[in-house]
Amino acid sequence: MEDVLVIGGGNAALCAAISAAELGARVLLLECAPKDFRGGNSRHTRNIRCMHDTPVDVLTDAYPEDEYFDDLLRVTGGETDEHLARLTIRSSSDVRAWMAARGVHFQRALSGTLQLSRTNAFFLGGGKALVNAYYRTAERLGVRIVYEADVRKLEMTDGRFLAASYVKNGEAQRVEARVLVAAAGGFESNLRWLREAWGPAADNFLVRGTPYNMGWVLRELIDGGAQMIGDPTQCHAIAIDARSPKFDGGIVTRLDSITLGIVVNKNGDRFYDEGEDLWPKRYAIWGRLIAQQPDQIAYSIVDAKMQRRFMPSVYPPIEANTIPELALALGLDPHALKKTVDEYNLAVEAGTFDHTILDDCKTHYLTPPKSHWAQHLDTPPYWGYPLRPGITFTYLGVKVNEHARVLLQDGVPSPNVFAAGEIMAGNILGKGYLGGIGMTIGTTFGRIAGEGAARYVMA
Amino acid sequence: MSWLEPSLAAEGARIMTICNACRYCEGYCAVFPAMEQREQFGPADLGYLANLCHNCGACLPACQYAPPHEFGVNVPQTLSQIRVASYQLPRRKTVLMLGIASAGLLLLVLLAGTAWTTLFARHDGGAFYEVISHDEMVRLFLFAGAWALVGMGLVFAIRHGVVRGVRRADFGAIRRGWSDALRLVNLGGGGEGCIEEHERPAQVRRIYHHFVFYGFLSCFLATIVAAFYDNVLGWRAPYPFASLPVIFGTLGGVALLIGCAGLFRLLRERDVALSDKGERGRSMMLLVFLFATAATGLLLLVFRGTAAMGFLLILHLAIVFGLFVTLPYGKFMHGFFRIAALIRFASEQGD
Repeated sequence: MEDVLVIGGGNAALCAAISAAELGARVLLLECAPKDFRGGNSRHTRNIRCMHDTPVDVLTDAYPEDEYFDDLLRVTGGETDEHLARLTIRSSSDVRAWMAARGVHFQRALSGTLQLSRTNAFFLGGGKALVNAYYRTAERLGVRIVYEADVRKLEMTDGRFLAASYVKNGEAQRVEARVLVAAAGGFESNLRWLREAWGPAADNFLVRGTPYNMGWVLRELIDGGAQMIGDPTQCHAIAIDARSPKFDGGIVTRLDSITLGIVVNKNGDRFYDEGEDLWPKRYAIWGRLIAQQPDQIAYSIVDAKMQRRFMPSVYPPIEANTIPELALALGLDPHALKKTVDEYNLAVEAGTFDHTILDDCKTHYLTPPKSHWAQHLDTPPYWGYPLRPGITFTYLGVKVNEHARVLLQDGVPSPNVFAAGEIMAGNILGKGYLGGIGMTIGTTFGRIAGEGAARYVMA
Repeated sequence: MSWLEPSLAAEGARIMTICNACRYCEGYCAVFPAMEQREQFGPADLGYLANLCHNCGACLPACQYAPPHEFGVNVPQTLSQIRVASYQLPRRKTVLMLGIASAGLLLLVLLAGTAWTTLFARHDGGAFYEVISHDEMVRLFLFAGAWALVGMGLVFAIRHGVVRGVRRADFGAIRRGWSDALRLVNLGGGGEGCIEEHERPAQVRRIYHHFVFYGFLSCFLATIVAAFYDNVLGWRAPYPFASLPVIFGTLGGVALLIGCAGLFRLLRERDVALSDKGERGRSMMLLVFLFATAATGLLLLVFRGTAAMGFLLILHLAIVFGLFVTLPYGKFMHGFFRIAALIRFASEQGD
């Protein structure tokens, strides 16, 4: 019989394991990935969103609680639990010291992310460096870690956890524990489940993060009586380069060129206002937009004027000197693309181009319009990038209370099941996305869950 | 033909393109900010970036694309391979043979040329010139010193295009470049430390390197002072224990022993994935020569009043000779390329 069983191996799981072990509990952590790919989606993260009232260490200016909460309200459209959200936000103000004491190093925000230096603290070396530091700390504290432990079954009675079964090297194992911390992420790697929600379109989705978030633990908790939260069909998806790997492509697959040119679907037609809003805010809608296009593919097209204005991309652009040649190179109908570009160019009005604000360069009498940064697409060479929806995470989770205890169908908290991280993030982030808040939720609830679990076994 | 093998050039460009789209590692060292100022990664850029890399290794375990990920990004090893190629040095074995052969040859010649009775006689307080005449020793090391200087100058003159900036660096950049080099700010993993055994970051490598560098400097200083005593003041060796050459030499020798042994151990235990095999080999070769130089020098000091002095003196001289002969063709050259790259970096970043 174990004291504390932590299922998952990312930021939230590690924060829970470390917190529990520091209070003296015996902790077993089951990570389903092999060691080289441990850490779930945390290995692809880079920063944590922190409130602060004055400039502190790596953070500039101030980012007070209310502004943080307003940002959260805006992106979620109100789909957040204010009590849990404010608890998370407040705990983020002193979380860096806790993290630093457990081996995480921070750095100042550098190029390409300066707009985040006020709100987000950056991990030196990124999320995988953080995960590595936490594993070292956990090992030092005596946490036992089993890699490639694929948990498929939870035994629960009346919301009480008894045991978990996992497969390791093809062999079934069963482990009993007095308390469970479920921190095993969402289900975005489970293509079959995505297909249930999205139909055959899901086959064309790419998963930006870990291939190990299969959602087994989430499903077992729900089947065991936990209350669900978040839209079970929805996922956060951005537009990424269609040439990216099916899984684990991470940050480098994103493409920032959309606002600087036009985006067409496989018929060569534009389908959405590329200049609707400033890029970081619009980043997240394009995955869904492309998911709704035929064959779930689209093409971002820019001309030579714009080629230095976005972050360098990992895949080379498909280049041509005329629009019909570019269409052929992209596999599109040259006449259709030429027609789209001609119509667009005719509609572009003169303005003063400024990509850092919502400028006055827009189209006139064009459907859909391009509201800002509209420039003639007329200077060769033209560059095209194929785009597909890239899933970051899913919203479905289990409902928890402020002690990170999983709530059962009748609203009563489970006596010995805690949840932390993406598996419960939907309590706070019901939809939308706010950069770095996933790590804030995971760290906050990981710590609460770990401490709660340890107190439970010590009592 | 370029100095860089096409396959290595392609791999370097591939990796830097991935890094440039990611940039998570930009807090670790100068390589990444320098990379961000570029969009294309030709051999000239790769050579410069490779020489900025101090091989602290921090970016490998931190990399979400490190092998076995299908992107297979290994920055420290790839830059290590490019760095070694950028020096265009003779093969490792050739240099090793050159060092052993020249040291061995000198050892034999000196041993054969010294009368048995002189060699094992007890020399009062270390009368070195009774074993080898003053003029002979001066001639020997004028040759070795000239060989090393000319060789290093030639190697650097031929290859420095790899690291030198297009424009002339101003005084501020030169100062910052030297400051970065002397403090080894880029060997600290951005404050986290170098990656050592068990992927545990630590500052030990940087500290050992300081021991080696400043130890070497101290020994060099001892030689300069001794040369001044000898040639200008006319004071002949041996010098008393409390004299400057002996103090500098002793401190430097002890520092070299500590630093070389420490770095050698770290290199041997280090994950081989972090660097190029050739560069590791060259580093170890230099460390062994420096260690042997320091060890024999200190032994000579301790036993200079005994009958062992003659043999120890000849052994020490032979090893120093071998070290000098190989200096231009081994790991020692990295210092010059590194400083040039750091000055260029300071100059570029200052823009």
